[in-house]
Amino acid sequence: MAGSNPNAKPMNLTLKVWRQPNRQAQGQIVEYHVKDISPDMSFLEMLDVLNEDLLHAGQDPVAFDHDCREGICGSCDLFINGRSHGPEKGTTTCQLHMRKFSDGDTITIEPWRANAFPVNKDLSVDRSAFDRIIQAGGYVSVNTGGAPDGNEIPIPKEIADRAFEAATCIGCGACVAACKNASAMLFVSAKVSQLALLPQGNVERKTRVENMVAQMDKEGFGACTNIGSCAAECPVGISLENIAILNREFLAAKATSNNLA
Amino acid sequence: MSWITKTLTSSIGRKIIMAVTGLFLCTFLVVHLIGNLQLFKHDQGAAFNTYSHFMGTNPIIRTIEWGLVLGFGFHIFEALVLTRRNKTARGAQGYVSNHSEQNSEWTSRNMGILGSIILIFLLVHLYNFFWRARFAGDLPKMGGADPLTSDYDNLYMAVVSSFHIWWYVLLYVAAQISLGYHLWHGFRSGFQTLGLNHRKYTPLIKYVGYVFAVVVSAGFASMPLYFFLFTNAQGEMAANAPAILQTVASAF
Repeated sequence: MAGSNPNAKPMNLTLKVWRQPNRQAQGQIVEYHVKDISPDMSFLEMLDVLNEDLLHAGQDPVAFDHDCREGICGSCDLFINGRSHGPEKGTTTCQLHMRKFSDGDTITIEPWRANAFPVNKDLSVDRSAFDRIIQAGGYVSVNTGGAPDGNEIPIPKEIADRAFEAATCIGCGACVAACKNASAMLFVSAKVSQLALLPQGNVERKTRVENMVAQMDKEGFGACTNIGSCAAECPVGISLENIAILNREFLAAKATSNNLA
Repeated sequence: MSWITKTLTSSIGRKIIMAVTGLFLCTFLVVHLIGNLQLFKHDQGAAFNTYSHFMGTNPIIRTIEWGLVLGFGFHIFEALVLTRRNKTARGAQGYVSNHSEQNSEWTSRNMGILGSIILIFLLVHLYNFFWRARFAGDLPKMGGADPLTSDYDNLYMAVVSSFHIWWYVLLYVAAQISLGYHLWHGFRSGFQTLGLNHRKYTPLIKYVGYVFAVVVSAGFASMPLYFFLFTNAQGEMAANAPAILQTVASAF
């Protein structure tokens, strides 16, 4: 295999996996053993091996969320050994490789925990609360008509870069999972500051932050206490500065918007 | 609900109340600490008692005192509301394995516990000095030849006698350690919540906060420790006190 380490020895691992048949049922940790795991596998490929074993044994495979497996879609969402996306910094679960573990390790795998993120089954959680927050204001309304010229609105590179940094949020929910308060403020702040920085976002600036924060509260996410777990666990490095921007955008909007409700 | 109450009861609104009251209480700590440093003056408490009398009777101070009551009240109330909200948000099912110590500071995650210790201390502290001076009126008088100050409460002696009780000193020192850790996180957190985050000033705010936390807590803790370890029942420095303290004391 190209790029693989010929000296890497296959590993045998003990997995403690959260199993829960459906939303209502009580879940529990179940122990499994997987053999001959290549250190070059991603964490999700290791789970694929486990599921193959389970299928061959006639058992129900473990449900987990995944899609692109390239670290850009934000679908994979496992709480591994007590950390969002595992102990490796700046990675999604799909980009976490088995070479970060050792032969004989016991790995605990749990779903994201938060009241607003109910467990669908096993390790798969419902993150549609994030979708509803984005629907509440995380967009720019564009009128129909001729497509505007690409360089019609000049944006300084520094501003464009900062907006892009905030835009890199993939909405995986690692911030909520890691937060003691299950707060979604890093997620919300990334979208709010991205769009507040850009002239296109300026039109709906005040209603956006008011509506997104209202939806965030309605979904039952907690309130930030500036602990910093979220930013430390964020696979794309969204910084706490965004939460400060969210706070002042919210305060300014509430103080000056025409919305009396 | 009007837009004002809606704003102030939203998650960010409550955080902002926490931040504003918290930073306001920091200013109170500065005033309280500087005033109390007069305990170290070697005048049998004359300066401290005069200062205490002024703080207890001056109409401007008495008015501002209500701001302090509200500051503490809202800070504690919002903390309770936010903690309940956040516990609900976290959900009933916790993690089997959670290594939050790998991604955050202990003090930041335990502001509620630290605050609760400070609250218990505050109630004891208020009863012992504030309540007795303002409402109970059972403190000894200063006496002495000066007719202006002879009927002032001798709060200094109340402090000295309290600080000779070992468990009292222990409670004070434990509370000041908690306060130090509370401020370690709280000072910079307050600025962050108010949206005051800037790559030029945030590192500065952080380190000023650390220094503030250490100076304030060590400053307050030094008072019970000093009286317990180095003074007699009248608050006069014992002969066996370290030379450095003797030198500093003689400077006043």
